[in-house]
Amino acid sequence: MNPTQELITNLADQYGRNREQLLPILQGVVEKEKFLSDYSMIEIARELDIPAAEVYGTATFYSFLEYKQMGTYIIRVCKTITCSMKGKNQILLTIKDMLKIGVGETTPDRKFSLLETNCLGWCHKAPAMLINDEIFTELTPEKVRGILTEYLKK
Amino acid sequence: MATTYNLKRADFIFRNENDWEKILNRTLQRDKTELINELISSELKGRGGAGFPTGLKWKLASESKVQEKFIICNADEGEPGTFKDREILTKVPFKVLSSMAICAYIIGAKQGIIYLRGEYRFLKPDLEKTISEFEYYCNEINFDFKIKIFMGSGAYICGEETALFESMEGKRGEPRNKPPFPTNAGYMDKPTVINNVETLAHTFTIFKYGATKFYDLGVQFSRGTKLFSVSGDTPKPGIYELELGMSLQDFVDEFGDGDTKAVQVGGASGFLVPRKRFGETAIGFRGKLTGISLPTGGSMMLFNSSRSMFNVLDNYLEFFREESCGQCTPCRVGCQQLLIGIKAVKQGSKPASYLDKLLKLTETMQYTAKCGLGQSVANSFSSIVENFREEMIY
Amino acid sequence: MSKKINITINGVVYEVEPGLTILEAAQNAGINIPTLCYHKDLCVAGNCRVCVVEIAGQKRLAASCATPCQENMEVLTNTLKVRNSRKHIIELLLSEHNADCTKCYKNGNCELQELAAEYKIMSQDLIDLVPYKDYTIDMFSPSIIKDDSRCIRCQRCVRTCAELQGVNALTVAYKGDKMKISTFFENSMNDVVCTTCGQCVNHCPTGALIEKNYIEDAWEAISDPEKHVIVQTAPAVRVGLGEEMGFEPGESVTGKMVAALKNLGFDSVLDTDFTADLTIMEEGTELLTRLKKALVDKDINIKLPMATSCSPGWIKYIEHMYPEYLGNLSTCKSPQQMFGALAKTYYAKARKLDPDKIVSVSVMPCTAKKFEANRPEMHDSGYRDVDIVLTTRELAIMIKQAGIDFRKLPEKKFDRLMGDSSGAAVIFGATGGVMEAALRTAYEIVTGREVPFDNLDILPVRGLEGVREASIKIEKPLENWAFLDGVELKCAVAHGLVNAKKVMDAVKEKKADYHFIEIMACPGGCLGGGGQPIPTNPEIREKRTKAIYEEDKNLSIRKSHENPEVIKIYKDFLGEPLGKKSHELLHTKYVARNRY
Repeated sequence: MNPTQELITNLADQYGRNREQLLPILQGVVEKEKFLSDYSMIEIARELDIPAAEVYGTATFYSFLEYKQMGTYIIRVCKTITCSMKGKNQILLTIKDMLKIGVGETTPDRKFSLLETNCLGWCHKAPAMLINDEIFTELTPEKVRGILTEYLKK
Repeated sequence: MATTYNLKRADFIFRNENDWEKILNRTLQRDKTELINELISSELKGRGGAGFPTGLKWKLASESKVQEKFIICNADEGEPGTFKDREILTKVPFKVLSSMAICAYIIGAKQGIIYLRGEYRFLKPDLEKTISEFEYYCNEINFDFKIKIFMGSGAYICGEETALFESMEGKRGEPRNKPPFPTNAGYMDKPTVINNVETLAHTFTIFKYGATKFYDLGVQFSRGTKLFSVSGDTPKPGIYELELGMSLQDFVDEFGDGDTKAVQVGGASGFLVPRKRFGETAIGFRGKLTGISLPTGGSMMLFNSSRSMFNVLDNYLEFFREESCGQCTPCRVGCQQLLIGIKAVKQGSKPASYLDKLLKLTETMQYTAKCGLGQSVANSFSSIVENFREEMIY
Repeated sequence: MSKKINITINGVVYEVEPGLTILEAAQNAGINIPTLCYHKDLCVAGNCRVCVVEIAGQKRLAASCATPCQENMEVLTNTLKVRNSRKHIIELLLSEHNADCTKCYKNGNCELQELAAEYKIMSQDLIDLVPYKDYTIDMFSPSIIKDDSRCIRCQRCVRTCAELQGVNALTVAYKGDKMKISTFFENSMNDVVCTTCGQCVNHCPTGALIEKNYIEDAWEAISDPEKHVIVQTAPAVRVGLGEEMGFEPGESVTGKMVAALKNLGFDSVLDTDFTADLTIMEEGTELLTRLKKALVDKDINIKLPMATSCSPGWIKYIEHMYPEYLGNLSTCKSPQQMFGALAKTYYAKARKLDPDKIVSVSVMPCTAKKFEANRPEMHDSGYRDVDIVLTTRELAIMIKQAGIDFRKLPEKKFDRLMGDSSGAAVIFGATGGVMEAALRTAYEIVTGREVPFDNLDILPVRGLEGVREASIKIEKPLENWAFLDGVELKCAVAHGLVNAKKVMDAVKEKKADYHFIEIMACPGGCLGGGGQPIPTNPEIREKRTKAIYEEDKNLSIRKSHENPEVIKIYKDFLGEPLGKKSHELLHTKYVARNRY
């Protein structure tokens, strides 16, 4: 068994093999591998005995279930109204400048991916961004530089 | 004329929850019908935004003879400008869990599920600890009830209850046709009560202090208090518990920056109220207050005169275009047409009169869309275009 | 009996069965409500919203297809609000749709176009969204073209593929403005588990899913004086073609079809029914041989139940989904491919033609036949056995293009040599037909007597139920078949691949001990095939079924082994069933394909 198969089998053992467990399993694979490859989707389909197209159709519905290769750290900058009013574009510019990638892109070393996302629920502390599951709020370009510097060291 | 209810602050939701074991234990000893009647008499309405009477919902589910039932806590807080549910789950989670258990006791459910939005994943570890502590207590008092967390994965529409069920069943989060309603056939087609996090926190208050205490707060048709998520151009962004029924003017006086041009009430799917109508607008569910009364999930976004209302609308429409599930025509294509349409008017490639065609389109969306998302796009669109038409034009 | 419900539609009170939707109640009352995503074969989706109606006391309109009638409900189907909303929705659909109708294959047979015409959508106020979309046209499958720019996202195809066929090659992917009908990872239809059955084509209201047409290839061949162009027509075509020509469903037009084909310029108009009879000879013998090997020789390598192999959609399905059961498939080629292999050998020789100059055309109720003819195995004549496969719909187009007045055509007969057939072959077009035909022959081979059913009608295998089971007890067999004495031959018949799955799972879980199973990929069998006239629905399929059995009843020869041309070909060319020549030309093998 290769690592992906092993991961999926373990997840299925943990959660179960009913259709209701599809999301937790997809999330589990994304957590480990950062995205869902066609290979892992097929393995999930096999494990749960459901059509591969259904796995694909379900996965592509959810913005957090990436189906393209992503970096170790996925940066999601909130683009909804308050964050947008409070300087989201400056935050994006700062990140682009530091990492030399645009929105939707991944650094060549596969360390960072940059995405925009809809309301993160931190409007009172806008602008906000997520790096993987960690939330950063009341961002300023300086603050973002500090945060990214730390991540670059990781 | 303006309503005269002043802004009244309250402190129930976040007040300490240390007595949850006592309240839970006490309530679980009481008669189920009596509890339902108490909840009904409080006139608590759902705090997610739609405002369905909570007591009635529990009653309907309790009447079903089906063996397996579910109580689901909707923590898929995705409405732009809303962030209260996270705060409740962080600060007073036991209140929510206790209410779930009480609901389970009343309707006859053994399984509770919290649908937590993917954006709040960082809450999960602590919440899981809280749940295990809670389940331990339930076990101690011989109450058979389990709660699990189901994580969302980034889809606003999953806050719609039937879309949420679909999502939990491992499918695309597409809203279902109604009927059947959740109390008859919800998650796994079993009778299901699904309540917003805040609603559950309020039921705790009601069972703690009694329905009268809650009923005495607020105004007719809008009883009790409500959490408001305040953001935008305000010196005091944050979460505030206020009695329902205040006038928007009072709200702006308290939270505005002195230059408030408009307030978006109820998030992107709510209404934009311009300055000239602050006085005649009351915040609450539709009732017999003079002036307009607005339902709200608690999102209050303030805009001052430096903001372009075109940009605001553009931002909302992009949100809806992306977050529509895409299954029904009016919502999927309607959102695309509205967004591209206002851009065309702004750039001058369509005449100003095109806005009227788009207003008609939102009317159709309101009448024909399958779920609340598509139906409510009309709210912000018409209230912005009608009040700030000049800002929409080339 | 549950209590009836009173409902008012447009001011008139109707008493309806509880559980009926508003749409069904209105239809029963003769009130037309437009629909797009609704289809009688499928579950309710309620997503296109053109069927909205007003319910008194409600501000919002209701999708009539998804709203059950309730006591004292007052429904209005034709108010200004309803009309304006419907018009708006049609406009919205058109704005997202490549509405270049004159360049669309479905021009003239498109439900969206009809609605646009009905609601007189004259000018498009809304902005055309097509230029902003990155639409794909997938033309890699030999059977089906998927054109996303014509798609209205009604999801009928997705439901068809899942509910009728259990294949799930198609799915809904993404959300919001990006939501689309997709395959796994946007792969070509040719690379996924698609069986090419064409049911999605049959159920698509627009031109988003269409057959890959070979009309021009056919015209070119016909017009080439160097070529001898022969055509074979499948049994189900004759009971479907009429619908395209303005006849009511259920009218068989065999004679007119033959006349039309001759008018089109085919050099010889022949009948797939001939090779259907031949299939029975081969397949029946194969079944008996397998039974002998299994029961007498106790050969553990013999796979039972034996499954029919006439339906190429079914073949591709089992190759994808149950590759471990390929050994259970009869090795017989389908009648189309038997015909093709014989056309360029037996027929060429008899007619003294250079097989290189023969163009072998088939008219099929099926899109999977296009895929089948394209399989690399299908070259046993030394050439591609079947060159061009046309659907019933494509033939209809050619007849119209040729300016033929179909109604006035005098009826003609098929040409000889591979043109004769029996009633047993005709019923191949209906689910259960192959089983019935095989039993008529096999029983007689074994016992020397006719099957013990009135008029040879083996009613237990007929009908439109998804899975049907039957058994025949063999009594007093001839000497050679003594081992079958007292054996109860157990059979199952399934149509629609979702039912094939049921049968195969039963076999897999050893819950069934069938000897012989007939499976047709399409609902109703070939008469409901993916290449048949659109629309299709249970009533239409039932009418076509009746027409087929009527045709069988009226034929003098009703058993395959009595077809004189079949007797002749064994005498002159093939030798005996399962003989060497048969093996070379009439049998094939199968390949395992990707399961996901």
